[in-house]
Amino acid sequence: MARIFETPLYPYRRSPDQDAAAPVRHPVVVVGAGPVGLACAIDLARQDIPVVVLDENDKVSFGSRAICFAKRPLEILDRLGCAEPMVEKGVVWNVGKVFFGDRRVYEFNLLPEAGHRRPAFINLQQYYFEKFLVDRVRELQAEGRPIEIRGNSKVTAVGRGGDGVALSVETPEGPYRMRADWLIACDGANSPIRAMMGLDFVGRVFEDNFLIADVVMEAAFPTERWFWFDPPFNRGQSALLHKQPDGVWRIDLQLGWNIDKEREKQPENVIPRLKAMLGEDAKFTLEWVSIYTFQCRRMESFRHGQVLFAGDSAHQVSPFGARGANSGLQDADNLVWKLKLVMEGSAPESLLDSYDTERLYGADENILNSSRSTDFITPKSEMSRIFRDAVLDLSEHFAFARPLVNSGRLSVPCTYDGSPLNGPDAQGLPPRTRPGSPAVDAPIKEGWLLDRLGDRFQLLTIDAEAPDLIENGGIAVERLALSTADDPTGALKERYLGDAGSAVYLLRPDQHVAARWTAFDRAEVEAALAKATGR
Amino acid sequence: MTTLNTAPNIPQPDDFYAELLALHEGRSKAESDAINARLVLILANHIGDRQVLRNALKAAADPGGRRSAGPEGHARR
Repeated sequence: MARIFETPLYPYRRSPDQDAAAPVRHPVVVVGAGPVGLACAIDLARQDIPVVVLDENDKVSFGSRAICFAKRPLEILDRLGCAEPMVEKGVVWNVGKVFFGDRRVYEFNLLPEAGHRRPAFINLQQYYFEKFLVDRVRELQAEGRPIEIRGNSKVTAVGRGGDGVALSVETPEGPYRMRADWLIACDGANSPIRAMMGLDFVGRVFEDNFLIADVVMEAAFPTERWFWFDPPFNRGQSALLHKQPDGVWRIDLQLGWNIDKEREKQPENVIPRLKAMLGEDAKFTLEWVSIYTFQCRRMESFRHGQVLFAGDSAHQVSPFGARGANSGLQDADNLVWKLKLVMEGSAPESLLDSYDTERLYGADENILNSSRSTDFITPKSEMSRIFRDAVLDLSEHFAFARPLVNSGRLSVPCTYDGSPLNGPDAQGLPPRTRPGSPAVDAPIKEGWLLDRLGDRFQLLTIDAEAPDLIENGGIAVERLALSTADDPTGALKERYLGDAGSAVYLLRPDQHVAARWTAFDRAEVEAALAKATGR
Repeated sequence: MTTLNTAPNIPQPDDFYAELLALHEGRSKAESDAINARLVLILANHIGDRQVLRNALKAAADPGGRRSAGPEGHARR
C-alpha cells in the first residue's frame, strides 16, 4: 500500500502563466505548501483573496515530523474550517511521565480546563495534517474560491518587480516568470527565498544529534508522553516516547555530537537501540527514521517590503515544547487579516509592521522556552548537569522541584503584551483576556464562543448595550451580544467578566482582544479600532 | 522582605559548620557536588523570594561587590 507521504497530492500541471507573453501578476503568492503556507493560502482564499501556492515538491511531508498540535492552533484551524478531521484522527493525551535513570520520578497531567471545544493537544503526523489542509484547499476550489497549488514548481530567483515581487519558477517543463503584489515565504528552515534575498538567520546551534524513529507496533504503552533523562537503554542521553494515530509511535533518542549519521540511520543500528528501549520481544516495524540537529534562531525582521516570512523560514526552535508548527500557524493567523486590510486599502501598509512586532515577540518567547528546555535536557557543562540531576533526584520526593523539571515547556498561545495595536484595558476584568490575548473559548447557549468570532472586527458585549454595527474608516465592527443569562457553565462570566457586571470587548479578525471596557463608549471604540488597524 | 540578611543569623555557628562538613565526610567529589546542588535548590525553594535569591546569587559570585556585571553564564535569551 502506498503511504500517504509517497503519493503525489498536487502533481505538476502546466499553468497558463507558462504560456503568457508577459509574466502574469498575482495578488498573493505563497512559497511552500507545508502547514504554514497552506494555512495562509486557505485563510486568504476563504476571504476571496486570490492566492497561488508554489511548492518544489508534489507530496505532503515525508515522515511524521511535527506531531504535536496545541489547542490554539486547532482553534485557528477551526476558523479556517479544517480542525474537525484532524481532531477526529488525532490522539488526545493529557498525562506525561518523567523518568530519571530507571526510576519514574514525576508525572504530570495537563488537566485541560473544562469548557473549551478543543483539547490541550492532539498528536497527528504532519503528513495527515498537510493532507487535511490539502483536502480543505480542494473543498475551497470546489466552491469556486481563488486558490491554486502548483506542485513541482521551484522558485529559482526572487527580486523586485515594479512595486511588487518578480519570481522565476522552475518546472518539469522548463522555467517561467511570474509577479506578485505580495509574497509569503513559508519555505522552511532552510528557506531558499531567504537565502536568495541574502537575509540573515542568526542564533544558537545546539551540538547534538537526535534520532527520530516512527515505529508501528501493537504496544501496551498508554496514551501518554514518556520522557527519560539518562535511561539505562540510552546512557547519558535522553529519550521520548509519544503515540500517534494508526499505532505509530514516535521515538526520539538523543545520540550526542560526534556520531556517524549515515551509520546510525541504518536499520541494523536503529533496531537494537529500539529493542533495548522497548524490550527484546517487542514486535514493531520501522516507518520512518531520521537524524536531526537543531538551532534556535530567527530573522531580524519577518517583513522585507512586499515579502513576508512565516513559520520555520522566519524562526526555528528545538522540537522540545512543540513550538515549531504551532507557532507557524499563529504567524499565519496574525498575518492574513492584516494583509487583507492593507490590500483592500482599509489599513496603511504599516499595519504589516505589527506582524513583525507581534510575531517576533512570539518567536522570542518560543526561542527562550525551547532553549531553556534544551539546556535542561542536554546540559552543556559539568555544573549544569549536576544541577539538572539534582532537580530530577529531588523531584522524585519533593513537590517543589517538579516545576523545575523541564522536558519541554509545551506551546501555549502567545499574548501580545505591549503590542502597538493594543488599546485600553479596564480595571477588574480577568487578566487572561487582557488586550493582546487570544479570546478564550467558552460554551455559550448555542455551541462555542470561538465559533462566533473571527474574520472581522467584532464588539463582544456581555450584559452591555452597544450599536449592532459600527462603521469607521471603511471597517465594519459587528456586535456579538451575549448575556450571563446564556452562560450555561459560568465560564463566560469567569473568563470575560470576573467581578465586573458588564464588559465590552473589541476583537480582531484573528480572535485576539484589541481593547476592552466595562461599558460602551463610541469614541473609545473608534479610537481603539484605529489603533488596532495601524491608523 | 526583599533584602538578603547578611548579618549573623545561625545559632551555634560552629555546630552548624561541623554538620555541614560532616555531610561531605567520606564522599567522593561527585557525591559532594550532587549534595551541594540539592542543598542549594532546597534552600532556594525555602527562601522563595526572587529578589532575595537574586541578591544571594550576586553575593555568592562576588562577595566584595566589586564587579558591576552580574554572574556570567546566564542565557541571554
